[in-house]
Amino acid sequence: MITVLFDGIAYGMLLFVLACGLSVTLGLMNFVNLAHGAFAMAGGYAAVVLSAHAGVPFLLALPVAFLVPAVIGAVLERTLYSQLYGRSHLDQVLFSIGLVFMAVSTAEYFMHSSKQFPVLPEYLKGRIEIFGIGMGVYRLFIIALCGILTLLLQGILVGTRFGSRLRAAVDDRRVASGLGINVGVIFLSTFAVGSGLAGLGGALAGEVVGLDPTFPLRYMIYFLIVVTVGGTTSITGPLIASLLLGIADVGGKYYVPALGGFIIYTFMIVVLLVRPQGLFTRGR
Amino acid sequence: MTKSELNPAVANGLKARQRWHPAEVVFWLIAFSSYFLLPGKHLILNEIAILALFAISLDLILGYAGIVSLGHAAFLGFGAYAAALFAKHINPDPLIGLAFGTITTTLLGFITSFLVLRGNDLTRLMITLGVALLLNELANQLGWLTGGADGLQGVEMAPLLGMFRFDMFGRTAYAYSLITLFVMFLIARRISYSSFGLSLNAIRDNSLRASAIGIPVNRRLIAIYTIAASFAGVAGSLMAQTSQYASLDVLSFEKSADVMLVLVIGGAGYLYGGMIGAVVFKILQDWLSALTPQYWHFWIGLILVIIVLIGRERMSQGVAGIVASFKRKTPAAPGPAAKAEG
Repeated sequence: MITVLFDGIAYGMLLFVLACGLSVTLGLMNFVNLAHGAFAMAGGYAAVVLSAHAGVPFLLALPVAFLVPAVIGAVLERTLYSQLYGRSHLDQVLFSIGLVFMAVSTAEYFMHSSKQFPVLPEYLKGRIEIFGIGMGVYRLFIIALCGILTLLLQGILVGTRFGSRLRAAVDDRRVASGLGINVGVIFLSTFAVGSGLAGLGGALAGEVVGLDPTFPLRYMIYFLIVVTVGGTTSITGPLIASLLLGIADVGGKYYVPALGGFIIYTFMIVVLLVRPQGLFTRGR
Repeated sequence: MTKSELNPAVANGLKARQRWHPAEVVFWLIAFSSYFLLPGKHLILNEIAILALFAISLDLILGYAGIVSLGHAAFLGFGAYAAALFAKHINPDPLIGLAFGTITTTLLGFITSFLVLRGNDLTRLMITLGVALLLNELANQLGWLTGGADGLQGVEMAPLLGMFRFDMFGRTAYAYSLITLFVMFLIARRISYSSFGLSLNAIRDNSLRASAIGIPVNRRLIAIYTIAASFAGVAGSLMAQTSQYASLDVLSFEKSADVMLVLVIGGAGYLYGGMIGAVVFKILQDWLSALTPQYWHFWIGLILVIIVLIGRERMSQGVAGIVASFKRKTPAAPGPAAKAEG
């Protein structure tokens, strides 16, 4: 029981790191980016290639898994995404679906369609017992790392000048740029960091769920759930939503496997019906 | 609002709009002559006709009412499974099966229509996507009924009208689908030119103002969503009946995305867009998957990206727009001005 809860929390933390970039994209730029999972996949494959094929230690592969999608994200943001900020949601949806299709086929071309896993070092494998509860070491590692990242993000968002500029831009883009805040640069950097975090999440998730080319499509709905349920105005909203989603998903699959994905989809539909603006947002 | 309340001038105006344009007549003449002129291509023509009907269905909610749906395959797939199961277990007659598939899908559309009333574009995207995923999961889990991941096999259709057997060359299938498409098109055309259709356009353009002039926005949206679902149900039934097979594929996200692309290629909001798009899409798909069998979705994705970057409006103006812009000898429109300014 507690082990399931523990696994659920680890999964939830993963989802948070994967999806928090999307919440910024959506909240800041009002851009429906369905291609977010593609950045996660890029990071995941970077980790797989480095750790499994090139023999780089897993911990060294993680920063690369952050940098690769961050750079790709920055380039795409400047060249393509920035042209679509003012367009309708339909255009943005079509555009990002197109990107997803391209990413899926590209991954299939280079990485084949079978599931692949990054190679973990010995000290991250196995299980330990704490207070009689069995825990996977890797799961603990995920929780610790994602917890640190969350605190870091919260610190940046609340405590730094960049964070306050970012929050100002999210609240009202026009007024913020009127006050001399360079919204374009903020867009660019948050997009890059968000993509990088997704990549890091993808690398971490590789061991848990396995990477295959359909990753962006399979997890698209999870990211969207986190963002829509958690709202886009803070970090705590998506965090709580991810944890809920992770625990519900792991618990559901463990206790009632026949119901499969029903639980989370139904949960999402009900939440959106009751509170279309998300569970943890201020009413506007 | 009933017809008798309409101002005579308005009624006449509506009637004038409804008259058939010569180009429309030509379009349908070509469509029907394809049956005789392209005898070896009936299988793919059949697929085109079904895809066209599916695209018209999406056009009704997207082009006319402005509802962005990421899960329209839910209705296609539901209709397909309903018709296939009906033929397998209850009655193999195609027309009764078509009616059954359509009615059940219409019911599903009516029930789910209440879900799309609330919230903004994003909420609608999520909910339509969620419904499609739920159905996909359902079809996957109910293996004893639907065959799960293997698909529903062993569907045997009775001859159409008791006379025309479904042959392996798709002759009967194409005639059946094309006539059904034409009938459904006539219905859609009637809807789009009615005052009901006009009120949908008003809702699409500004739902707040629409409700201010007395249009019952929610009831209209429920109505058109249900109608669109029934169209997709017809398409799904045709698909299952003519292929005598239904698989999880019909409920997949790719199907929903493909039909959006079809509509984007042809242009949304004028019914013919879906059909033109279906022709172009199928030819493209045929060509691309012959070129690179496994990776044709890459090219589909690239086309989507390019179309969006060029601008859908300019695309859908198509040849006419290009000719017109050349005549004026001015650039068609300034580039997208939505640059992020610092």
